[in-house]
Amino acid sequence: MTDRGAVNESEQSEAEQETDSEATEPTTVTFGRRGVRAGFLTTLPIAVGVGGYGIAFGVLADQVGLSAAEAALMSATVVAGASQIIAVELWADPIPIATILLAVFAVNLRYSLMGAALQPWFSQLSAVRAYGSLFLMADENWALTMRDLKSDTGRGAFLLGSGIAVWSFWVGSTVIGTAVGGAIGDPAVYGIDFILAAVFVALAAELWEGRSSLVPWIVALATALLAAEFLPGQWYILVGGAVAGIVEVIRYDE
Amino acid sequence: MSDALTLDPLVVGVILAMAVLTFFTKIGGLWLLSRFEVSDRLEAGISVLPGAIVIAILGPELAEGGPPEWAAAGLTLAVMWRTGNILLALIAGVAGVVAFRAVM
Repeated sequence: MTDRGAVNESEQSEAEQETDSEATEPTTVTFGRRGVRAGFLTTLPIAVGVGGYGIAFGVLADQVGLSAAEAALMSATVVAGASQIIAVELWADPIPIATILLAVFAVNLRYSLMGAALQPWFSQLSAVRAYGSLFLMADENWALTMRDLKSDTGRGAFLLGSGIAVWSFWVGSTVIGTAVGGAIGDPAVYGIDFILAAVFVALAAELWEGRSSLVPWIVALATALLAAEFLPGQWYILVGGAVAGIVEVIRYDE
Repeated sequence: MSDALTLDPLVVGVILAMAVLTFFTKIGGLWLLSRFEVSDRLEAGISVLPGAIVIAILGPELAEGGPPEWAAAGLTLAVMWRTGNILLALIAGVAGVVAFRAVM
């Protein structure tokens, strides 16, 4: 808190440098069928991979007692895989609503940064087009869209097209997953009780960003283990995540 | 069949609240950008959240298990790293935990 003044100063000088380098105008961004098509086709192979997570999510949703319709509704309206899997992990009777919503918000905060990165192009689109496309934004199609826009294609509808591809596979595979989950029966016999841990191991492998992840992950692990020991319910998850985030904020600039 | 189509009002309410919150996180950055400047420091903190939360869930979960679960987690990680295929990694992990529980 006390060094806020210093931070603001360094920010201002950075902002000035940025405005200097912004002399080069981005290319004109259009929004049409061509962009939707390109986004959809480019994303198809990756959307098939998204289907793997959808099946896993469907199985987990079925295990905590969500119906196929409820799981599909969640996939269709939330469209954010990691947060949905975490929500289902927290699901219980009665539903811990506040904890679930807090966790979903915390996990998805990164989307604000990702959406902000699209600003140079999306500032040229109407609000309906820009925000409508962002509804379908997930990690995979965001990355492909950034790559496309950065290569000066000016295809403003790329995110919409690639979002449609991801959304279709995500919702479809969720429904398949709930059917698979229903057919399995007693989870422990087939080791299905381990599937949640396995999903999170796989998620962790994908979220690992090299050495920069090391300190935050150790902090999150240590905090969560301690908090699980001394705090009630599932608070250890949010406490672990929050402490890791705060430590990273403090550590930054080291 | 009718079971699959069940829509509990409370469950639907929670799901829609999740959807609205998530939509705000998706559009929030673009909307705020013209108004505020997010410091690199804050950005660094936010970007570690997804991984940190996954670890915060996984750590205590694995700590409750024993050697069979730890071995299966290692196997899942190895397959995921090798192939990048989530379904293959999950199948290996689940098959692994059954096998390790029988042996260990």
